[in-house]
Amino acid sequence: MAEASILEVKNLRVEFPTRRGNLVAVDDISFSIAPGEVLGVVGESGAGKSMTGAAVIGLIEPPGRIAGGSISLSGRRIDDLPYEEMRKVRGREIGAIFQDPLTSLNPLYTIGRQLTETILTHLPVSQAEAQQRAVGLLREVGIPAAEKRIDHYPHQFSGGMRQRVVIALALAANPKLIIADEPTTALDVSIQAQIIALIKKLCREHGAAVMLVTHDMGVIAETADRVAVMYAGRIAEIGPVRDVIKAARHPYTDGLMASIPKVGRTEARLAQIDGAMPRLNAIPRGCAFNPRCTRAFDRCRAERPEPMRVGNSDVACWLYDAGQGGPR
Amino acid sequence: MSAADAPYIEVRGLARHFDVSKPLLNRVIEGQPRLILKAVDGIDFAIRKGETLSLVGESGCGKSTVARLIVGLYRPTRGQILFEGTDMGGLATRAEERALRKRFQMIFQDPYASLNPRWRVADIVAEPIRAHRLSSDAAEIRRRVDELLRQVGLSPADGEKFPHEFSGGQRQRISIARALSSNPEFLVCDEPTSALDVSVQAQILNLMKDLQRELGLTYLFISHNLAVVFHISDRVGVMYLGRLVEVADARALFENPQHPYTRMLLDAIPDLDMTGRARTPVAGEVPNPLDPPKGCAFNPRCPFANDRCRTERPELRPVANGGVAACHAVEEGRLAAAPRLAPA
Repeated sequence: MAEASILEVKNLRVEFPTRRGNLVAVDDISFSIAPGEVLGVVGESGAGKSMTGAAVIGLIEPPGRIAGGSISLSGRRIDDLPYEEMRKVRGREIGAIFQDPLTSLNPLYTIGRQLTETILTHLPVSQAEAQQRAVGLLREVGIPAAEKRIDHYPHQFSGGMRQRVVIALALAANPKLIIADEPTTALDVSIQAQIIALIKKLCREHGAAVMLVTHDMGVIAETADRVAVMYAGRIAEIGPVRDVIKAARHPYTDGLMASIPKVGRTEARLAQIDGAMPRLNAIPRGCAFNPRCTRAFDRCRAERPEPMRVGNSDVACWLYDAGQGGPR
Repeated sequence: MSAADAPYIEVRGLARHFDVSKPLLNRVIEGQPRLILKAVDGIDFAIRKGETLSLVGESGCGKSTVARLIVGLYRPTRGQILFEGTDMGGLATRAEERALRKRFQMIFQDPYASLNPRWRVADIVAEPIRAHRLSSDAAEIRRRVDELLRQVGLSPADGEKFPHEFSGGQRQRISIARALSSNPEFLVCDEPTSALDVSVQAQILNLMKDLQRELGLTYLFISHNLAVVFHISDRVGVMYLGRLVEVADARALFENPQHPYTRMLLDAIPDLDMTGRARTPVAGEVPNPLDPPKGCAFNPRCPFANDRCRTERPELRPVANGGVAACHAVEEGRLAAAPRLAPA
């Protein structure tokens, strides 16, 4: 499966140089996504999940930079491509869906113009064919009266419809990989369910791999095949969605799942993880989670854990080190 | 109704309309009528002392407007707000109103925008004490602030810091300390955890529940997150386009929802237990509130709508789950019961 993966990220490191030294936003993470697979990336704000997405599409804001590791798309390295080369990859091979549909569309152009422009940039088709394809895409993402709506401007659409247009744009050139960064966060719950279903269906039909970045475990449970849980710039745990959600191994994932209130379960108090995620300039030695971890021991405070195979997951936690004799 | 059950806060026919028309000159030239947005359009509910009532709904349903009406940030267009039987709108003097308002406080959604970045935390927390002239003794205020900071899980030394030195969750703790400083009995919380990460959300929800128990607080809780609402509420009101469509005890509402809109909202909650429950995705979106549908506002999205729903606006009536719902289909028994969820 590894050789067939569409996206292969190895030991990725993203840094922000500041006057007081380098801030490491993404610290030595590796993962891959297979064709048609949805990889969910979850974590709290500042965990580095959006930064990972930005690194893959080559849109890290300077002075941030990729300081190490590699990103390969279908076997071809893309992290060191010159700007113009990367532009061609973006849109053609990697589509992007962002949180706020209002800021990812140009308010001055009709959505038809934005769609045909994207199609013409990336595919060898005529204007008329592009127009036709644009209407087809709008219909596919569930916009009623697509022939008429194509001449409308973004402000004439509601939030949910706008996000559908953004999805159509992301799919315009039939990319192999889609990066969706909090695609449903700005939407109401009823619309959120519609958009999740749509992303899932389209990616299956187009055979595209998806990297779904979100803070919402519910969205992950509904959509993802595998999940990577990020904490302080590292992957704490990565594995099949069912394993991670129903039987979390890493104490952080476990605490995170327990802290989510659930309908139907009456609890006097929610389980809580005390404290907060460390700032980038104050990441503790050893395991970044150790000050908040109820199961931390000496080794956690001294040595940084690397991902270890536990069942079907990879977990970066000393509790699972063979030398420790399994979970304590 | 015994005295203990008497409503603490009661809202009767409360409405707030906003005039969103273009300027007069434009209206005359373009021949356009006035545009009135009925953000809250006649709602009734009551909250008992020590209870948490939540209002849920999608953006634009008017839930935040209700919160702002109750704390007096907006004047109602119509209707009354009764506080222990006293009509807030009918108070003769400013002093009377001030005395009553002191017993209310509000916690806002965004802990980044609701704290003055140029004030020290101790001054932020002490502001209601000063504003309501509860004390003028600096040492006493200081003692009270220290106590409040400890109560919300911060340290008295944090009083010397500025808001930017704190994380989102800690800032929300500061907001809560500030809200508690005038010894209120009633807190209106407008999406207090929506801007926070889940692990921090759990901390704040636990804190709010602890404080409610210790201080006997009454909460009006506004949220769009149904799981949070289920966790924190005694009773829940569901709003749609400025109206309440269903009010019931939290458990009853989640186990046996009556109104089709409530059912739809519950169905849209992502399934964390991964039971593979099939969801019926609901078509459509919230209509333009400037031009709400005739009859029941939910009728264009409702699978059970008939002619009556399209012409006659339903009122809240007692329903099977012990609450009230505004739905012709439920009233006529056209709707099959939909008992659901509650996996222990």
